[in-house]
Amino acid sequence: MKKLWIWSLVALLLVFHQDNWFWTDERLVFGFMPVGLLYHAGISVAAACLWFAAIYLIWPEGIEPTETREQQSPQGKAEA
Amino acid sequence: MDAAFREQFGELIIISFYLLLLLGLGLAASRLFRGTRNDYLLASHSIGPFLLLMSLFGTTMTAFALVGSSGEAFNVGIGVYGMLASSSGIIHSLCFFLIGIKLWSLGRRHGYTTQIQFFRDRLESDRIGLLLFPILVGLVIPYLLIGVIASGTVIQTMTSGAFPEWFPTSDPGTNGGVPNWLGSLATCLVVLTYVFFGGMRGTAWANAFQTIVFMVLGILAFHVIATRLGGEQTLLENLRKVTAAVPEDKITRIDMSKMRFFTYLLIPLSVGMFPHLFQHWLTARSASSFKLPIVAHPIFIMIVWVPCVLIGIWATSNLIPAKPPLPSNPNAILPFLVKTQTGPLLGGLLAAGILAAIMSSLDSQFLCLGTIFSNDIVAHYYGQEKISDRGQIALARIFIVAIVAITYLLSLFPQRGVFNLGVWCFSGFASLFPLVFAALYWRRLSKAGAYASILTTIVVWGLLFFLSDFGANREFAVTIGWGEKVVETMPVATIFLFSLVAMIVVSLCSKPPSEQTVGKFFSAVSLPKGGLQIGHKSPTMGDN
Repeated sequence: MKKLWIWSLVALLLVFHQDNWFWTDERLVFGFMPVGLLYHAGISVAAACLWFAAIYLIWPEGIEPTETREQQSPQGKAEA
Repeated sequence: MDAAFREQFGELIIISFYLLLLLGLGLAASRLFRGTRNDYLLASHSIGPFLLLMSLFGTTMTAFALVGSSGEAFNVGIGVYGMLASSSGIIHSLCFFLIGIKLWSLGRRHGYTTQIQFFRDRLESDRIGLLLFPILVGLVIPYLLIGVIASGTVIQTMTSGAFPEWFPTSDPGTNGGVPNWLGSLATCLVVLTYVFFGGMRGTAWANAFQTIVFMVLGILAFHVIATRLGGEQTLLENLRKVTAAVPEDKITRIDMSKMRFFTYLLIPLSVGMFPHLFQHWLTARSASSFKLPIVAHPIFIMIVWVPCVLIGIWATSNLIPAKPPLPSNPNAILPFLVKTQTGPLLGGLLAAGILAAIMSSLDSQFLCLGTIFSNDIVAHYYGQEKISDRGQIALARIFIVAIVAITYLLSLFPQRGVFNLGVWCFSGFASLFPLVFAALYWRRLSKAGAYASILTTIVVWGLLFFLSDFGANREFAVTIGWGEKVVETMPVATIFLFSLVAMIVVSLCSKPPSEQTVGKFFSAVSLPKGGLQIGHKSPTMGDN
């Protein structure tokens, strides 16, 4: 369930990235920040928060290698 | 030091001091060298979270991050942030999470050093290495050239006026500056020295240092330029005054195609296939080392890009002094503003910051190409067991020197279109993303499917590149129409789609990988808890 939430939120963030609603908006927030630029800076912050949630909730388990490096060269198994 | 001397040589002295500092750092890192191939190429897998964050960020933020972002904002306005920066904040971390960690784990388990080793093993094909080798090298070389040429341009612009009798030019913005060829040569020699002696550890240290330098100095440049252009009492007043003077088309995206903006989202996927990032990933001490880069990367991008984009749009305002005139090359906008709006001391420091961004990418790429040549070609075919550890280090170093020399010599030829090639390089890498993703998450990916994907990428990329007049037509787009509606898409969308379809169709129609290979890559590693279940079922790609 957690993974469904996280990957759905990633997809949603990608949808929100396409902000057609601010395309021609020339408002300056705080008098200096174009609203379209501020919005996308917000997307960057949202991405960081989302990835924080991802590493907290769906971090891969058992990813640290437990065996030592295989003795044989990886190239040795390739086709001739 | 009197004022006239400072004015004439200030930037040059600071840039020279900075380059010497980097040399010292690289040599200091080399004192920790353990004398093994694994230490030289992968820093003995000892890089912790902070150094990994800084080196990954420094490597992905190329000359384009500082110089190109302000130049593109000058051309097209604020839309460049959404197109290149916020999209990268999402997608780069996605690649670190889904691709980086998994490759790190497999690399540690099976002893990989390069991407080609991994693909040879996963696809049970030796020849796939011979196919990938020229593609990876061919796509990295223009990328390297951009950095080498940009460093020469920055040094020449920032030192203009230092030697008017020795290096006269017709352009007042560069007259008397250290010539391009010399600036590029100095940059190449500095990077070569710390990569040659320090290997991956020297590269990681230098990257971390340079990332801090360009982030701090970028913010400083933003503050100083705003103050100088605004001329008001407080920073907020200056920001308001300068931005209010920017034309409307630069604070909106009126002139930007929505569909091109959308399809540009595919470009950052190139990070998943960059050979130099593969090598950086493998340096991580543990999987947990990835956590900090995954979270902080989007924030770091924002810290660097927002000020640069604002500086770029400010350059279109009527507050910019008429003299000296703005440079015709948009990529010279930031160095020009730094030069004209700050004093020699700050100008020199800020130039060092721009060079830091450039060099923090060059070093990883030089090291990576040297590794690929020595590891995947010479040692692979001659026999790795026949070459001692020290012999392999010597071989990598020889290739690094050769690549730096070749890149530098290529940069001396007229390169009118090299900056336009950047997006084509990224498009090529991004179109190979399905291959690396499927290699990790789709058990059914076959050798034939991989060949089909790579060959389709080459053919479609080549065709579109030809149609774009070899990258010279910057506005080139693939148009799709239905009825009266016509939309423009980035070429990467077409190449990506063809590559993906070819890979899936041919894989399903050809012999699957052996059970031994499937067991090796899909049974031992469990992936995100409750997430992508490797070895049983991939929710992304469906059942086998």
